[in-house]
Amino acid sequence: MTTQTLDATAREAVTSACARVEEPGAGDHVDGVVPGLVARPADTDQVAEVLRAATAHGLTVVPRGGGTKLSWGVAPRSADVLLDVSALDQVLDHAAGDLIVAAQAGCRLADLQERVAQGGQRLAIDETVPGTTVGGMLAANTSGPRRTAVGAARDLLIGITMVRADGVVAKAGGRVVKNVAGYDLGKLLIGSAGTLGVITDATFRLHPVPAASQWVTAPVSDPAAALAMTQAVLHAQVVPAAVEVAWAEGSGSVSVLLEGRVAGVAGRADATRAILGEGATGSDDAPAGGATYPWDTRASGEDRSTALKLTFELSALGEVLAATAGTPAVLRGSAGSGVLYAALPPTTDPAEVATLLERLRRVCTSRGGAAVVVDAPAAVKAAVDAWGPVPALELMRRVKDQFDPDHRLSPGRFVGGL
Amino acid sequence: MTTTEDRTHVGAGIDAVTAVARRLLPEAGVITDRTRLRTYECDGLAHYRVTPALVVIPEDDAQVAAIVRACAEHGVPYVARGSGTGLSGGALPHAEGVLVVTSRMRAIREVRREDQRAVVEPGVINLDVTKAATPQGYYYAPDPSSQQICSIGGNVAENSGGAHCLKYGFTTNHVTGADFITPDGDMVALGGAAPDAPGYDLLGAVVGSEGTLGIVTATTVRLVRLPEEVRTILVGFESTDQAGAATSAIISAGIVPAAIEMMDALAIEAAEAAVHCNYPDGAGAVLVIELDGARVEVEEEYAEVARLCEDNGSFEQRLATDAVDRALIWKGRKSAFAAVGRISPDYIVQDGVIPRTALPEVLRAIAELSSSSGVRVANVFHAGDGNLHPLVLFDDAVEGAGEAAEQVSGAILDLCIEHGGSITGEHGVGMDKAKYMPRMYTDEDLDTMQLVRCAFDPGNISNPGKIFPTPRLCGEVPGRHKAAHPLQQAGLAEVF
Ligand SMILES: Cc1cc2nc3c(=O)[nH]c(=O)nc-3n(C[C@H](O)[C@H](O)[C@H](O)COP(=O)(O)OP(=O)(O)OC[C@H]3O[C@@H](n4cnc5c(N)ncnc54)[C@H](O)[C@@H]3O)c2cc1C
Ligand SMILES: Cc1cc2nc3c(=O)[nH]c(=O)nc-3n(C[C@H](O)[C@H](O)[C@H](O)COP(=O)(O)OP(=O)(O)OC[C@H]3O[C@@H](n4cnc5c(N)ncnc54)[C@H](O)[C@@H]3O)c2cc1C
Repeated sequence: MTTQTLDATAREAVTSACARVEEPGAGDHVDGVVPGLVARPADTDQVAEVLRAATAHGLTVVPRGGGTKLSWGVAPRSADVLLDVSALDQVLDHAAGDLIVAAQAGCRLADLQERVAQGGQRLAIDETVPGTTVGGMLAANTSGPRRTAVGAARDLLIGITMVRADGVVAKAGGRVVKNVAGYDLGKLLIGSAGTLGVITDATFRLHPVPAASQWVTAPVSDPAAALAMTQAVLHAQVVPAAVEVAWAEGSGSVSVLLEGRVAGVAGRADATRAILGEGATGSDDAPAGGATYPWDTRASGEDRSTALKLTFELSALGEVLAATAGTPAVLRGSAGSGVLYAALPPTTDPAEVATLLERLRRVCTSRGGAAVVVDAPAAVKAAVDAWGPVPALELMRRVKDQFDPDHRLSPGRFVGGL
Repeated sequence: MTTTEDRTHVGAGIDAVTAVARRLLPEAGVITDRTRLRTYECDGLAHYRVTPALVVIPEDDAQVAAIVRACAEHGVPYVARGSGTGLSGGALPHAEGVLVVTSRMRAIREVRREDQRAVVEPGVINLDVTKAATPQGYYYAPDPSSQQICSIGGNVAENSGGAHCLKYGFTTNHVTGADFITPDGDMVALGGAAPDAPGYDLLGAVVGSEGTLGIVTATTVRLVRLPEEVRTILVGFESTDQAGAATSAIISAGIVPAAIEMMDALAIEAAEAAVHCNYPDGAGAVLVIELDGARVEVEEEYAEVARLCEDNGSFEQRLATDAVDRALIWKGRKSAFAAVGRISPDYIVQDGVIPRTALPEVLRAIAELSSSSGVRVANVFHAGDGNLHPLVLFDDAVEGAGEAAEQVSGAILDLCIEHGGSITGEHGVGMDKAKYMPRMYTDEDLDTMQLVRCAFDPGNISNPGKIFPTPRLCGEVPGRHKAAHPLQQAGLAEVF
């Protein structure tokens, strides 16, 4: 653990900037980095005040939403202030007739879903870790099975309010689905891991909740079969909402989610069973694990698994699965989108992780994607390059330098040490 | 044979870039002849015209990179141009700059059904991507009405939409990777064939940036499975109110059609005069509704849509029974802009957006504006998305008519902003709407967008003067700018 300390004038400045400021408690660290203060602003203006105080006093700031996985990514070089946005927890506006919702960044995804469900609608983003907030989901760019049908956060976010490192509040986009006025700043903030600005509210497009849904699952015993099955489903006329693969020790399953009208889903589920063959079974429930990751999302410290995110073009599924042969990796993810998550047990030797990571990285990058370490025990994080090679890094550095010239926001968390 | 002497005013910078172009490109790819340069003086928005100092037509990305590098070295502005169909003056040339035309970069490099991707060069015509993918059971979903002529590069730059965006999204939802030439002339890969490339989503920022961040030289696009069943229905209503209410009812029922397009009486009149599409007699408004997907579902949805239209006052419904029928229904809609030329010598195509539920109210307000000003307005638009295309009609030969039309056109945008909408849904800001940006965004919002431009293009040479009314100079501390910039006053820099 490293602990940050703030001098008295800096403490005073942050304290007077915001409604609640506290000393860090036991859970208030960012992957071992204990902040000097935890600030809990009550609204966007206070977030801006805190960032202005931070600028005036040269303080680093790490934003936190639900804190469900604040350890993920690379530990920050410094975190003078932990900027906790959990008090910004309101659904601001559900315009059911326009199929949109606006919510504050600290609003829990589950609360937002409950609210829009009252109008028969949903934000088609899966909650991958219980407790996730809107801001954290965006900053970490999490996604689950349903992205195959409607895409991920980048496809559903239509407006955003952010506070820049210098405390300036800016918005982009708006309340309409179709809008090409100006640059799409929302896209830049998605997946930026708290390094570009602090998100304070977001507006999304919604979808109607389908009348019926059904999962069809079949076992597979080799990578080639998993690929053949997913390809057959994707090219058929069953309109899958999700195509998932689970994999461990050389075998696994392919699961297909069908959503829509009652009669349609029944027919398409039959067709899907026929494609997946003898062993296929239907179920109303998601396969084991649902939308979450193949690792224990509550574990912390040395008990954490090594968690990887693998992306690749669709036809590379077999190669990716084959690359994990002979390792204890457990995989799960959206084969229909080209995204898999892999977990290695906490006790895995860092050298073994490094070898597998290198192998997976070779396969994924040669097939249009990447292999990233999302989370891992400290020893593993120290032994590997979490983000790997990133094209256009120089351009990303220039974007960071424009938005946060002093590298005040979550320094060192992101690609290339940004 | 053309020579540089044909140009009226050329700077030393342009001469240097011309020399680079002549060294690298075949003769036909370098245009300096004044008459031929004038072919490129405007895009689809013909009332802005600027003759470029040089036109180049490169054949590959290395040539684009070399030309941009030469521009960077000599501080020469450049503008990319695809097919020049843009309606906001985005491809309007710079008088002292280079126009980079992509019409010779037209290869569809790959169509990979197994990955649901195609890799195409920027000059490829939108519809040709679909034509290449259809034999494999796939298509490219974003379909601007100009799809038979507009280029993928232009689509990426404008984040173009189309009738099917309601269900399938816009260009940005269908582009996963790009080869990109920065304003320094560097070639970088953005995104890829897979989703979620690590790092900032620079591709997401580039799509819709109207050529102000750099030039795209290849694009990886998503291909979408052709639906099992498509049904296109033409529905006649007495009024736009009824058609608007039907649209809301369909969406509220949880149905997301592939498209819902609306035309009012004046737009129908124009389309009839031009393409004889045989729309219902005496209709005050028609909806073109398309449903697609799995057969059973489309059948069910069709029954419900038919009922909802009837409940909201439709007096005639026609289901296209074959491809010819369907094509005729769409022909009326897709030719509407051009058709307006039949009923008015001049017109402005507006492109505002409102939340769908505000449709009836805003359409009424537009009608009032029209009757109080005496300026006729025809409406043809993407009703499902709330994306209006009021066609403001005027006769330039009548004194003051152009100004009156311009005023009505601006008032319509104000209506859109008032209702929480946008000043452009798909045509872009370009040269035309830069002045409206401050009505929609604060100085802080615009300054923040400028940070992106400063990261990509600190020298402000990539399509300068578009999108932003008065961008601050890169490196300048943000804030309000009332007086001329000191650097500008000193004659050291220009605020574009
Ligand atoms: C660097 C990093 C990379 C990750 N990558 C992935 C991934 O690729 N795929 C995946 O599925 N999961 C990823 N995660 C996991 C993700 O953090 C959780 O699944 C969850 O979405 C986070 O929600 P939360 O509200 O608990 O956020 P927290 O755990 O509180 O914060 C998560 C991240 O978002 C930032 N953040 C939180 N709120 C804001 C805000 N309002 N404005 C700006 N930044 C904010 C934090 O600083 C932190 O970097 C990643 C996490 C981190 C830290
Ligand atoms: C009859 C008609 C109907 C239309 N209907 C629609 C519609 O339904 N939906 C819609 O969205 N638009 C529509 N448009 C507008 C226009 O067709 C689109 O904006 C289209 O995307 C422009 O493509 P283009 O190749 O003609 O681009 P151009 O007009 O040549 O350029 C447009 C912009 O893109 C930039 N650009 C071009 N190529 C590149 C590149 N390779 N890299 C970077 N920047 C580049 C230019 O600098 C310019 O700013 C319509 C236009 C017409 C004339």
